Amino acid sequence: MFKWFRKKQKPGGLIRRLFQLGPHSEGFYEKLEDALIEADIKASIAMEISDELRNSSQAGKLSSPEELRSFVRDVISQMILTVNLDPENNDNAIYLVLGVNGVGKTTSMAKLARRWLDAGRSVSFAAGDTFRAAAVDQLAVHAGRLGIKIFQQGQGADPSAVIFDGLESIKAKGEGILLADTAGRMHNKSQLVKELQKIDRVIRSKVDDPSYRRILVIDATTGQNGIQQAEVFHQALGIDGIILSKYDSRARGGLALSISRTLGIPFAYMGTGEGYGDISPMDPEALVESIMSAIEG
Amino acid sequence: MRSSGVSILFDRLSTTFSDLFRQMGGKAKISEKNVQDAVEQIKLALLEADVNLRVVRRFVNATLKEATGEHVLRSVSPGQQFVKIVHDRIVHLLGDEAAGLNLKGPDTTSVILLLGLQGSGKTTTASKLAARLKKEGRRPLLVAADLVRPAAVDQLVTLGSQIAVDVHSEKGAKDPVKVAKNGLKRGKKELYDTVIIDTSGRMHVDADLMKEIKSVFQAVKPDETLMVADAMTGQHAVDIAKSFDETVELSGVILSKFDSDTRGGAALSLKSITGKAIKFIGVGEKSDDLEPFVPERIASRILGMGDVVSLVEKA
Ligand SMILES: Nc1nc2c(ncn2[C@@H]2O[C@H](COP(=O)(O)OP(=O)(O)OP(=O)(O)O)[C@@H](O)[C@H]2O)c(=O)[nH]1
Ligand SMILES: Nc1nc2c(ncn2[C@@H]2O[C@H](COP(=O)(O)OP(=O)(O)OP(=O)(O)O)[C@@H](O)[C@H]2O)c(=O)[nH]1
Ligand SMILES: [Mg+2]
Ligand SMILES: [Mg+2]
Repeated sequence: MFKWFRKKQKPGGLIRRLFQLGPHSEGFYEKLEDALIEADIKASIAMEISDELRNSSQAGKLSSPEELRSFVRDVISQMILTVNLDPENNDNAIYLVLGVNGVGKTTSMAKLARRWLDAGRSVSFAAGDTFRAAAVDQLAVHAGRLGIKIFQQGQGADPSAVIFDGLESIKAKGEGILLADTAGRMHNKSQLVKELQKIDRVIRSKVDDPSYRRILVIDATTGQNGIQQAEVFHQALGIDGIILSKYDSRARGGLALSISRTLGIPFAYMGTGEGYGDISPMDPEALVESIMSAIEG
Repeated sequence: MRSSGVSILFDRLSTTFSDLFRQMGGKAKISEKNVQDAVEQIKLALLEADVNLRVVRRFVNATLKEATGEHVLRSVSPGQQFVKIVHDRIVHLLGDEAAGLNLKGPDTTSVILLLGLQGSGKTTTASKLAARLKKEGRRPLLVAADLVRPAAVDQLVTLGSQIAVDVHSEKGAKDPVKVAKNGLKRGKKELYDTVIIDTSGRMHVDADLMKEIKSVFQAVKPDETLMVADAMTGQHAVDIAKSFDETVELSGVILSKFDSDTRGGAALSLKSITGKAIKFIGVGEKSDDLEPFVPERIASRILGMGDVVSLVEKA
């Protein structure tokens, strides 16, 4: 899979060139910031990273390209937050999956279901996207392939009601994980965000907080707008963790760094393809290496 | 759209220039450093809007001379003039006028092929284009050649019935090239004047799927080969567009999801790297949420300036 993450132990081109420029020259910091920005890292954070470096080089710490590389690596690495959202015990649990249009919510649900089924859990779906054409059918195809139950009321139904039904049912049976889909929505459409808050209220009226997780899906190819998405949805609902989908695009994933750093929301998984197996817990090492390889060109 | 970016850039630039003039007592002898500051602000604004770094560099170098010329620095409000020149240049780069579709006359069958990354908005855009062409008096046929995504065919069939446009679909089909060919054959036979082919999403780095889309392209010889890209795309937009353009030779781009609050710098990256016209923007999920691409408006949005430019024009 991660062929392009081949660990580069030796500092690559840019780091060597940077080191030759000398950590005290202006050109050095400018080049470093540019490289970070090209990995989709927010400009202000790119500057923060180069400032840290500036301070440390003044302390005369960096004496070789290897040291420079590992310093940059450490600074970046400290900024990435991760979280494990796999269910920890056998209690009932509900996961609400949300995000802007087309990021991979429904597909990620199917991948998580596969993952948790493999871990011996009972999983079902609630078809809470009652808006987009054939959204229910899409989830139903996945449910069929995975051999799991889907709670659905069809196109145009009230999503809160669909999810409520699913919750009642898993509660009655006393075991199981409910993965609830929602329609894609832009974070800047307040009506649609309010609808999510209503779903959130309904769920909270039925379950205790520890068994309720809100997962935001963000497309790895997204630029700076991803920060706004995370900010708005986090404010509206409180996000427990993010899935960085479409990481197989080879986008550098600097967005994960920006979001962790500016909003403090951790990353839970990354999506790496369209198959059920194409999800894994967020691996900060892999992310750091991919940002580093972007920097080093 | 958020207005904060607007004034920030604008204020920063105005401050840069007015400080400058105070120091100089109004005499235009500008130091390298002052110009560099202003350029740095522009660069930052473009990067914050997701314009690709390489595109930003090229842009800044090309604009520097013009934007710091005598007439700018001597004008009453050099900050505003500077922004206006930058803005006009972006408009020029985006394509000075809106570009429509190049289709053959209604007595033959034209082909539109849609392609792009997963989830970029192809299927929705296919139905939006069909609705638009239908309104213009054409007779479109949608072709469901995405055989990968679960319920992709159902999705197109549903969207087609909402706008009363026929959809060609084949139950149990496995080969998108065949479906596309059959769709075109049917389109010609049944006298549809436009065939719009929806394809499955694919990563530009997936060699097999890129080969597949090339086969579809060669089989139907489209009049319009349009990449549907998400307006929120970041630095990576140029790599994506380059790969698709090298594989099938795009005739244009449609940027979906412009109803988000993205500044949309991807538009500038895509246009500068591929040279292909941006033909429409998607501004919502409904079938009529498709608008012509207006470079003026997008340029202001990329710079985060709202209506500032029209104010400058009046000043
Ligand atoms: N390559 C790749 N494709 C993905 C990944 N995750 C999802 N996809 C694809 O992205 C497209 C959109 O995925 P969906 O799961 O339908 O996205 P969604 O967020 O539910 O979309 P809406 O409900 O329409 O808002 C589909 O073609 C998926 O197969 C991923 O990690 N990698
Ligand atoms: N807000 C908004 N949503 C859009 C726009 N265009 C498409 N969408 C939504 O984005 C999501 C993905 O759209 P699709 O048309 O299914 O995308 P696709 O490229 O066909 O996806 P795949 O076939 O899975 O690759 C859906 O939820 C659409 O409703 C737009 O301009 N604005
Ligand atoms: Mg969905
Ligand atoms: Mg589609």
